[in-house]
Amino acid sequence: MSTTMNTDTNSQTIVTKGAIRIEDVVKVYDPDGAAVMAVDHCSIDIPGGEICMIVGPSGCGKTTLLNAIAGFHGITSGEIYLDNELLCGPGKMQAEPGSDRIVVFQNGALFPWKSNLENVVFGPMMEGRLSKKEVYDKALKMMADAGLSGTEHSFPGEVSSGLRRRVEIVRALMLDPKVLLFDEPYRALDSLTKSVMHEALLDIYYKNKVTIFFITHDLEEAIFLGHRLIIMSSRPCKPKKIVEVDIPHPRDYSVLTSPRFRELMEEAKGVVNEEAKKAFEAGEKEG
Amino acid sequence: MSTTSLKASEMTGTALTMYRISTWLKSPKPYLMLIGVGFILAIWYLFVEVWQLPRFEDMPGLTEVVIEYFNPDPIYGLSIYTPEYYTHIGISLRRIAYAFFLATVLGVPLGLFLGWSRKFHEFIFPLFELLRPIPILAWVPLAIIMFSGSETPVIFLTFLASFFATTLNTMLGVQSIDESYTRAARCLGANGWQTFRHVIVPGAMPYIFTGLQISIGVAWFSLVAGEMVSGQFGLGYVINTAYTMVTYPTIVIGMITLGVTGFVTSTMVRMAGDFMMQWRVRELALGDN
Repeated sequence: MSTTMNTDTNSQTIVTKGAIRIEDVVKVYDPDGAAVMAVDHCSIDIPGGEICMIVGPSGCGKTTLLNAIAGFHGITSGEIYLDNELLCGPGKMQAEPGSDRIVVFQNGALFPWKSNLENVVFGPMMEGRLSKKEVYDKALKMMADAGLSGTEHSFPGEVSSGLRRRVEIVRALMLDPKVLLFDEPYRALDSLTKSVMHEALLDIYYKNKVTIFFITHDLEEAIFLGHRLIIMSSRPCKPKKIVEVDIPHPRDYSVLTSPRFRELMEEAKGVVNEEAKKAFEAGEKEG
Repeated sequence: MSTTSLKASEMTGTALTMYRISTWLKSPKPYLMLIGVGFILAIWYLFVEVWQLPRFEDMPGLTEVVIEYFNPDPIYGLSIYTPEYYTHIGISLRRIAYAFFLATVLGVPLGLFLGWSRKFHEFIFPLFELLRPIPILAWVPLAIIMFSGSETPVIFLTFLASFFATTLNTMLGVQSIDESYTRAARCLGANGWQTFRHVIVPGAMPYIFTGLQISIGVAWFSLVAGEMVSGQFGLGYVINTAYTMVTYPTIVIGMITLGVTGFVTSTMVRMAGDFMMQWRVRELALGDN
């Protein structure tokens, strides 16, 4: 039932940019030696403006896929396109990192030596396209919109981890990226902070429609946030099941107690557990 | 506790220093320190002057040293009233300043590039690792042959020890930077040079200052070694001369002076580090409470 294609949930996000097409991507680490296959003939098509949740056991190779899109390392074969432009593929196996695809890192990567405001202006200041005043005005406005007023001149180490994540997302949005890549950004947060962060993220998303490629192993988080779940098999990583989340956006925390949410949870849980068990038996670390 | 930590995190400069001094005086730390120092002085006094234990009877006693130290007309020629005392301190400090400055100016950039460029690392580092274990004292003859006069060899020896400590720590600092930071910088559109300036240099800063702390310490160490061998002034020279001239209280005066000047210089380095890394001071202030 939930796999019926494109329900009207997605149609309200009319975004034309930021479509990612992953075609038959293979990544083998150390091909001449140990030859560990991390990603196995993986194809995923993400329309622009979708929140796509990549779910799978830890160590299954999800991050490898994210790093390939971001351009941190290359792929062995296959192609990845952003809005029909080749990011990496034959002839250019590693994408060039760029401000159209910004990563929000697992442990957070705000520069601790710069104040929150200096972090937020970092991208545009490096780019040097806008004047300093324009950049700072924009940054102050975006921070205020994200509920970060008053923390501008604190250092990241002085604010809570939840606020830090929000600053990091605002820093990314300053460059108007097409895609935000999240690498399990909330795994270190306690569940209360997490729920606040989920609503904050959706809030930011409704204001700036971007494509979100979100890696997680938390099923509840995945269903709450995503338009679509792509459940990955354990290493080597390839899509095993796609779950369409037909709960309409905008969502808030009441969704978590809705019967539809429970149904989707049940549906996905079986597949995820099976993969986690497989990964565990294969000796991958569970996390 | 959370209110005091917030206060500490908002203050800067003098206010912060005053606040730290007042909390320090309220803690048991200064009193424990006084007891510790008093204990050592008591042992010294009892062993040498009261009980006159074997092997201790020739040592200068506590009262003898104190009287000599504060004597306007010192028996052995050196006290806080004699201008030579300050000449020696001044000359030692000047040598430290030259050596430390050179070691920092050359060592920090070298360390940054060693950590940043793999090719440069492979080219320079093996040579560096071959030279580094050579004890500073082993350089003394070469230093005297290489440089003329008595001043440059001493500065060279002092510089050498500092230089290795600074370079190595700076390099480790660059290598310790989490890859996420450089990746984030590239994602946000920074080019190589911008990444170096905004991520590598500030990211390595805590290690650089640890290196400078070690550097100032080993600078004093090798300075005294150098002055004992080839100096004509300076605190190492004072100690060595007092030994050969059998003016024992002066040895202790030289040693105490070295302790104090060494402590002051390394405090200055630490304060400079705190000044340049406010982010770290504030982060640590929060972590403590």
